Amino acid sequence: MKLDRYLLIAFVAVGLVLPLFGDTFFLMKVYCFALFACAFNLLVGYAGLLAFGHAAFFGAASYVSAFALKSWGWPMEVAIIASVISSAALGLVFGAIAIRRTGIYFAMITLALSQIIYFMAVQLPFTQGEDGIHGVPRPPLLGFINVSSDEQLYYFVLAVFVFGFLAIYRIVHSPFGHTMRSIRDNETRAISLGYDTQHYKLGVFVLSAAIAGLAGGTKAAVVQLASLTDVHFQMSGEVILMVIVGGVGTLWGPVIGAALIVAMHDYLASIGEWMIVIQGLLFLAVVQFFRRGIMGELLALLSRIGLRKGTDKNEATTGETLA
Amino acid sequence: MIFGYPIQLIMGQVLIGLINGSLYAMMSLGLAVIFGVLRVVNFAHGAQYMMGAFVALMLWQWLGVGYWPALVLVPIIMAIVGIVLERLFLRRLYHIDHMYGLLATYALALIIEGTFRKFFGAAGTAYPNPLPGGINLGFMFLPWYRGWVVVVSVVICAATWFAIERTRLGALLRAATENPVMVRAFGLNVPLIITVTYGFGVALAAFAGVIAAPIQNVSPQMGSHVIAVIFAVVVIGGMGSILGAIVAGFLLGIVEGLTKVFYPEGSSIVIFLVMILVLSLRPAGMFGRPT
Amino acid sequence: MDKAMLSISRLEGGYGESAVLHGIDLEIRPGEVVTLLGRNGAGKSTTLKAIIGILEKREGSIRFDGKETIRMSSDAIARLGVAYCPEERAIFGSLTVDENMALPPVIAKGGLGVSEIQALFPNLQHRRHAYGSHLSGGEQQMLAIGRILRTGARFLLLDEPTEGLAPVIVKQIGQTIDALKRKGFTILLVEQNFRFALRHASRHYVMEEGRVAEMLEGEISDEGMKRIESYLGV
Repeated sequence: MKLDRYLLIAFVAVGLVLPLFGDTFFLMKVYCFALFACAFNLLVGYAGLLAFGHAAFFGAASYVSAFALKSWGWPMEVAIIASVISSAALGLVFGAIAIRRTGIYFAMITLALSQIIYFMAVQLPFTQGEDGIHGVPRPPLLGFINVSSDEQLYYFVLAVFVFGFLAIYRIVHSPFGHTMRSIRDNETRAISLGYDTQHYKLGVFVLSAAIAGLAGGTKAAVVQLASLTDVHFQMSGEVILMVIVGGVGTLWGPVIGAALIVAMHDYLASIGEWMIVIQGLLFLAVVQFFRRGIMGELLALLSRIGLRKGTDKNEATTGETLA
Repeated sequence: MIFGYPIQLIMGQVLIGLINGSLYAMMSLGLAVIFGVLRVVNFAHGAQYMMGAFVALMLWQWLGVGYWPALVLVPIIMAIVGIVLERLFLRRLYHIDHMYGLLATYALALIIEGTFRKFFGAAGTAYPNPLPGGINLGFMFLPWYRGWVVVVSVVICAATWFAIERTRLGALLRAATENPVMVRAFGLNVPLIITVTYGFGVALAAFAGVIAAPIQNVSPQMGSHVIAVIFAVVVIGGMGSILGAIVAGFLLGIVEGLTKVFYPEGSSIVIFLVMILVLSLRPAGMFGRPT
Repeated sequence: MDKAMLSISRLEGGYGESAVLHGIDLEIRPGEVVTLLGRNGAGKSTTLKAIIGILEKREGSIRFDGKETIRMSSDAIARLGVAYCPEERAIFGSLTVDENMALPPVIAKGGLGVSEIQALFPNLQHRRHAYGSHLSGGEQQMLAIGRILRTGARFLLLDEPTEGLAPVIVKQIGQTIDALKRKGFTILLVEQNFRFALRHASRHYVMEEGRVAEMLEGEISDEGMKRIESYLGV
């Protein structure tokens, strides 16, 4: 636990100086997708619920934020808060429907529900269909902090990421988080201990949707675009890929996975159609051979050579079960 | 006129719905059969449907093999493809969380669709109609091919239902669905049953693909467009229920067609809304047994 | 000494992380009816699962008709002529009685004919088209035994066939076991009901904590009975 705190401090320290060396636009995208992946990991890794429709929350927030910024001219922070609230509300509705079933059914139902959002995005006038909402402005933060350039916006996005990451960290280590994990490990037992497991699952679903919304809403300001890509089920697949490549149920795995996939998108953009094939191959390889993901394998290696005492119950699965 | 809409319009949309329903039924049937025995939700089902259409297209363009032989050849070819995929990628995932099977087949879907998009482009190609013309029924014009689609789908669905529910081979399949360990302990080669079942499910998807080729644009995305709908159909019918998959498939196709008449904007999401409704009333689906 | 049909030595095994069997040694000769006695959790059912090959983790040696089966898959073991009737009976609920009966494949000649099985279990005959899920416990048990007699397997593993059944049906099952013995079947029977076991079997292995604690044969003395009772905690 202490290690995680040091890692976060180191991460922030590096994050603060990175703009001196790196491409801030790329880094901001990484933060947004990393936060999205962490939000998804909260659901799959810590609550054991694999959804296949998280693009709905990410994408809906992206549209809400883009529309509020562009058409209503709302301040940055208000637009993002509005997108979080809308995703949380959507999460409440979808969650209430989906948590009645588990496992594969849950995955299929969340996929089907997310398609409703996708088709609404295709048809509703305010989303501008195939084109998406272009040229989203970046109004000053709190009305006076200029964030119009990438360099200025960068620190805000870093702060949003750290805020979201800490929120997840707090949730995971709270009594609520402990109950959530005991439901994941043995729901029948949790029920017999008197927990209303459905409420907990719905709770974590809404939290995960809200944080995915935070990521999506911020992303719209970063990329200055909300489009159908954000709500397509391939986005739901991509966030799963990020999480399992990085390591399901590990705190940092999703961050690593997201950085990897975003980098892949950027550097392999030139190969066009092959991108999706390579993603598929990576997905297949991870599912077949490295189910613990990068972070999970690393943690397992550390405990094997004795640098890490035992296995942390909060983390690293054996790869036999997803969560 | 019905509710102020011309009967021709309604019947036309019901027919289109019935045709889509035929495809939904055949695809969700394949998905249900695979799920029953493998406990894998075959996310690649859409991609395999698309491949079925493309293999028919390639047979015609490159070898001059027409629609009717393709109707037999393509499912056989695709069954072999399915068997190879099962042996290579799915076999090793059965003993772990079933979600990995879903993810592995999703990965396969990405690879298949991406590869076809690379080689054939996203635009798509038309496949010639093997049964041009039609008949005027008075209240509507029925193209021969569309009639054929409905008939052949009903026959295939009924035959599959019969084979599973009423034959010895079907009993084997049902038994393997229920308790594969025990079936194996009787001396039956369960891994082989699993492989063959997957091949059969893929063949059904490919058959639907061939059927769809003359009425839809044959494009790499035709599978991913339909897969989420098929999932919803299977959930509505009741996961793993053969009859549920068939009935829900036809029914939802018609519901979708009627929605196109009365509220066109809702037609792409109506199936998902029905799913929500069914799940709230019967969480196990129309024909599913509560778990 | 007769050549053993089944000989097990140093058998260990269990589920996942937990070991249940800690070195079992036993032998069964052709035509014998042998019971495994012991308390709950002694490893009786696990031993049967190891023999038929559905216990994932098993080590040591299990030889059937001289052939080592410890690494074989359960379908290969079954085809050697071993048939298994599990404690939970494992009747397929979505199959009719007839379909359940026809499911296990014939692996050798010498199985009972349909009429012979019907003679053993007359109750099953008028339930032929009923689905397995609609059968009573007794009917399920008869079906579970009946369906493995057709296959030509000569070695039967019966796990607690009398559990939870009415006395009249227990009696019928006992008669069936006697009849099968007369027909030359070899049977390994797991029983909680040790009076039933003593009545129908000729030899008894008493198991305790994953090991064979004792083997008893033939007429059992009062002193032997007392020892069994103390093992079983009756």
